[in-house]
Amino acid sequence: MGIQKWTAAQVASRIIQKNKLFILDVRNEDAFQDWKIEGATIQHLNIPYFELLDGVDEILEQLPKDTEILVVCAKEGSSVMVAEMLSEDGLDVSYLEGGMKSWSEYLRPVKIGNLNNGGAIYQFVRIGKGCLSYLIESDGEAMIVDPARMIEPYESFVLEKGLVIKYAVDTHLHADHISGGRLLAEKTGSTYFLPPKDADDVAFSYTPLEEGKTITVGSTSVSVKPIHSPGHTSGSTTLLIDNTYLLTGDILFVKSIGRPDLAGKAEDWVGDLRNTLYHNYRELPDNLIVLPAHYSNVSELGDRGEVKAVLGDLFEKNDGFHLNELEFRKAVTENLPPQPNAYQEIRKTNMGKLSPDQEAQQEMEIGPNRCAIQD
Amino acid sequence: MKSDQLLDAKGLACPMPIVRTKKAMDKLESGQVLEVHATDKGAKSDLSAWTKAGGHTLLEMNEDNGVFVFFIQKK
Repeated sequence: MGIQKWTAAQVASRIIQKNKLFILDVRNEDAFQDWKIEGATIQHLNIPYFELLDGVDEILEQLPKDTEILVVCAKEGSSVMVAEMLSEDGLDVSYLEGGMKSWSEYLRPVKIGNLNNGGAIYQFVRIGKGCLSYLIESDGEAMIVDPARMIEPYESFVLEKGLVIKYAVDTHLHADHISGGRLLAEKTGSTYFLPPKDADDVAFSYTPLEEGKTITVGSTSVSVKPIHSPGHTSGSTTLLIDNTYLLTGDILFVKSIGRPDLAGKAEDWVGDLRNTLYHNYRELPDNLIVLPAHYSNVSELGDRGEVKAVLGDLFEKNDGFHLNELEFRKAVTENLPPQPNAYQEIRKTNMGKLSPDQEAQQEMEIGPNRCAIQD
Repeated sequence: MKSDQLLDAKGLACPMPIVRTKKAMDKLESGQVLEVHATDKGAKSDLSAWTKAGGHTLLEMNEDNGVFVFFIQKK
C-alpha cells in the first residue's frame, strides 16, 4: 500500500475545513503532552517511535479503518519509518513533511477585509504556534506587523501582489517567537518600528513607535495610529488601522488577555494592564475589529481560518473584562500556564544580544505561544 | 565511567540513534553497559525515554561540545 507525504499547508486546510483526520504522533510523551497538532475534527494516538522498533502489530487495532491516518514526529525521519511499517502491513498512511518543525513554521495568509480608501488587510496565521501577524497594503505599499521569523511567506506574497514593503512593526518585544522585523527591514530597506519602552536594551537601531505619530501606508490612504497600551510589556502598543481595525498585540485576545510576567515584572505591570483594558480600551468605539497577535485554541479560528472579534462583543464576553481589582490581580499573576519555551533566550535574541544559528532558532520556537493568562 | 561497548551515532538523524542503540543493546548481556555518542538534539530526551520504557538504567548522561554521551546499563 502507498505512503503519501503531506505538507503543513495540507494539514492546515483539513483542520479549517473540519475534515476528519487521525494523527499517530510518534514523538515522546513529554513532547506530545506539551504541544501537538490540534483541531476540532482531529483524533490523536501517541506512541513513541522507539516503542515500535520491533513492529507495529500491537497498535493496528487502535487505528481507524475509515479515517485518514497521518504519522507525525519532530522532524520527519521517525514518521517515515513508522509509515513504512504500517504500509507493509497493508495500510494507507501519510506522514507530515518536515514534522512538527515545519508545522511550527507554516504561515497561512487570509484576507480580513478591504480598507476605506483602497487596499486591504491580511492576517498571516501561524497555526502551529498560534501567532498572528498582519500585512496592510495600499497604493502598492505594504506594512508588516509582528512578523514571524520566517519572512519568505511575506516576501512571496508581496512579489505576487506587486507590493513594496515599506514598514515592519513590532507591537512589543516578543517573548514567544523570534521577530522577523529586523531581517525584513534589512532585506527590503523598510523602516523597522519598535516601542521605545521595550527597547531600552536593544543592540540595534530602530525607529520609535510612539503614540501621536501616525504612520501612513500608501501616499495618503491608510492611517496607522499607535496607542500606548502597557501591561504585557511596558512598551506594548496597540495599532488602530484605518479607524477600523484594532491590532491589540499581546494585550487583548479573543478568548483571553495578555500575561504581564514574561519580562519578570508581573507585579509592576498588573496596574498598567488593568488600566489599558479597563480605561484606554473602554474609550475606543465598540465597533472596531480586534485583531490580536495570538490565539490559544483552534476553536478561535473562524470559517476561513481567521481570528478576529468585534471590540464591543469582547467587552461583553471576554472574562478578562469582568474582574474586580483583586480578582484581576489574581488572574494575571497566579496559576499562569508555563512560560513559552526558551522565552528568555527569545527576548535576548529579539534585543539583538544573542544571535543563535538557524537550527537553534527553530528549537527555541518549538511549542505553543503561551502569551495569554489561560491556555 | 567504564563501558562494555561504544556506539558512535554521531551525525545520525532520528530515528537512527535509537535504532542502532537498540540493535547494540540486543547483543549485550544483562548488566553490561553501552556507551552511546549522538549529536541529534532529539536523542537527548528520546534515548532517556527509550531507556526507561525498556527497563534499562541510564547511569549517566552528559554533553560535551555538542556531543551527547549516554551510559546505559542493560536490564
